[in-house]
Amino acid sequence: MRLAGFYTFAAVVALLPMLFPTNYFVTVVGASAGLHVILAVGLNLLMGYAGQISLGHAAFFGMGAYASAILTTRFGWPSLLALAAGLLVAGAIAWLLARPILRLRGHYLAMATLGFGIIVHVVMVQATRWTGGPDGLAGVPPLNLLGWAVEGDLQWYGVIMAAMLLAVWLSLNLVDSQFGRALRAVHGSEFAAQMMGIDIGRAKTQVFVVSALFAAFAGSLFAHQQAFVSPDSFNLIVSVELVTMVVLGGMASTFGAACGAIALTLLHQGLVVFEDYEMVIHGALLMAVMIFLPQGLFVGLSQGARRLWATVPRKP
Amino acid sequence: MKNLWQTALAALLLCAGLNPASGAEPIKIGSFLAVTGPASFLGDPELKTLQMYVEDLNAKGGVKGRKLELIHYDTGGNAKDAVSFVKRLIKNDNVDLIIGGTTTGDTLAVIPDVEKEGIPFISLAGAVDIIEPVKKWVFKTPHTDRMAVAKIYEDLRKRGLTKVAIITGDGGFDKSGREQLLKLAPQYGITIVADESYGNKDTDMTAQLTKIRATDAQAIINFGLGQAPAIVTKNIKQLGITLPLYQSHGVASKTFIDLAGDAAEGARLPAAALVVAEQLPDTDPQKPVLLAYKNKYEAKHGPVSTFGGHAYDGLMIAVAAIQQAGGTDKAKVRDEIEKTQGFIGTAGVFNTTPQDHMGLTVDAFKLVEIRNGSWKIVQ
Repeated sequence: MRLAGFYTFAAVVALLPMLFPTNYFVTVVGASAGLHVILAVGLNLLMGYAGQISLGHAAFFGMGAYASAILTTRFGWPSLLALAAGLLVAGAIAWLLARPILRLRGHYLAMATLGFGIIVHVVMVQATRWTGGPDGLAGVPPLNLLGWAVEGDLQWYGVIMAAMLLAVWLSLNLVDSQFGRALRAVHGSEFAAQMMGIDIGRAKTQVFVVSALFAAFAGSLFAHQQAFVSPDSFNLIVSVELVTMVVLGGMASTFGAACGAIALTLLHQGLVVFEDYEMVIHGALLMAVMIFLPQGLFVGLSQGARRLWATVPRKP
Repeated sequence: MKNLWQTALAALLLCAGLNPASGAEPIKIGSFLAVTGPASFLGDPELKTLQMYVEDLNAKGGVKGRKLELIHYDTGGNAKDAVSFVKRLIKNDNVDLIIGGTTTGDTLAVIPDVEKEGIPFISLAGAVDIIEPVKKWVFKTPHTDRMAVAKIYEDLRKRGLTKVAIITGDGGFDKSGREQLLKLAPQYGITIVADESYGNKDTDMTAQLTKIRATDAQAIINFGLGQAPAIVTKNIKQLGITLPLYQSHGVASKTFIDLAGDAAEGARLPAAALVVAEQLPDTDPQKPVLLAYKNKYEAKHGPVSTFGGHAYDGLMIAVAAIQQAGGTDKAKVRDEIEKTQGFIGTAGVFNTTPQDHMGLTVDAFKLVEIRNGSWKIVQ
């Protein structure tokens, strides 16, 4: 019963391509929404549960993507090995960074993570020999899963959605574990958490690393799916968008983050037709959500629905 | 509530039924351009040109009795968006061919998708990498950076200058240009004595230029786009450097002369014939095409730039190919684009072959010099 929401979600995800196997908004936009869900759910562990902000999360996303792209195109590594290397690099860097950076709080932490994101972006642009510079790297080979090369929109939808469901399932379980409770304690009051015997430094480091791993994993998939990576996909704006997804959907809720990621992805695609007014409408909608549903789209709406349900007269 | 949905559905069906185009399917031309953002000075005239000529062709009854429909998305010069828009054009809008890709970055990013889906694509970006090696479905209309470099080096050779200093920005266009400068130098017997770079958003390049002044360079070549080359040009004058200055075709617009002012006097650059259309001899077959495009564009949108011309060339080549192919069958249209011979466009005369998906020669460039705030052909 605890995972009822998860099974419903999985059923919807599995049903959609069966109903609309050639619909662009399902197979292409859906797959990119899936990647965003992995990123948002990972970031939500750090932001929503542990209460630590990161304005440089796109950097980890980029590390995964570039690790896969560079290792497969320039060194001919098998894609799974490259994916593992990406996870290793992002995880190690997150681990090294976590101690000094997560000691900071509030604005200072925001500044530090922001700086980190910018540094990684500059490396992607300037290290032309490895990264291809501002024009990026094209021709990333398809993902090869033990002999099965993933190609075509439907196959990609399947792979990304499976990865996404795994991420959501992991997040739901992590949050309900001792680790998750420790995170929430840190969020509530670091001092109190310490009094309860929680090693704050360790909890923060762990969640930062886990969150970076989620992002790097999404990055590797992204590189193979797009067959192309460029620094644009991992700049400051992307980092801010990821934070927006978490906040828009509703902090400290795995489905909230997922919902925010899906909503923002669809919004981008839906508003393109307005051309010049796209950004104006985009901004106005976000403002409206924050004013009328300050707890976030998913959390706010599900609370509202519950309240409405309570007012329905029942038969005695 | 149910009634509302039914009414909405009925209204929708009615609209679809009333659509006049439902008789003959329109020819769908997809486009993705950098209309906003740092490359907007390229993308904006391109879009205006496409819109203007699509309207014009439709007013004349369309192509093969079918109307043209232009579906356009603005990438803002962002390669990531270019990829997602091209997927959308192919899979959601079901376009028949694509003309677009303002910047080299945008174009290179979408090539894997275009090749995989098999759709004719005419790029409006500069770098030679787009067509080398040849890609089955990818064509381009603007001159390459290699041709620009060759044109500059030819002129240097004529003037007997062999030692040059180069200064380039950090954008994709700049870096690709720098590569060509370094690569072609030995063929023309040129030694590069200084190789400086700057950030495209920098506001002062005197430090790099001071270093260049300390070398024995006989000329300076600046390969870049946008504001930065104007600043370089001004700084050169401020430092009192009197060496001949060469710019790239990336600054072949009136904006550059306005930005650099007096300092631009005497600077030379390779440019498409469009900027010097009036100065061409009447015997030049390109002249009427250039003047027609120029007058049409300027009547509606103000000063013409060579960049909009590339979009004109792309659209006209595509239309001719559709006419030859007798429809929009993608493979046939592709074959016809590849067979383009003697097409007179704004960039030059196109003779496309299976080995050359651009079809222009170095002669398509004119070497121009800035004199009295205007362009002058160097004879």
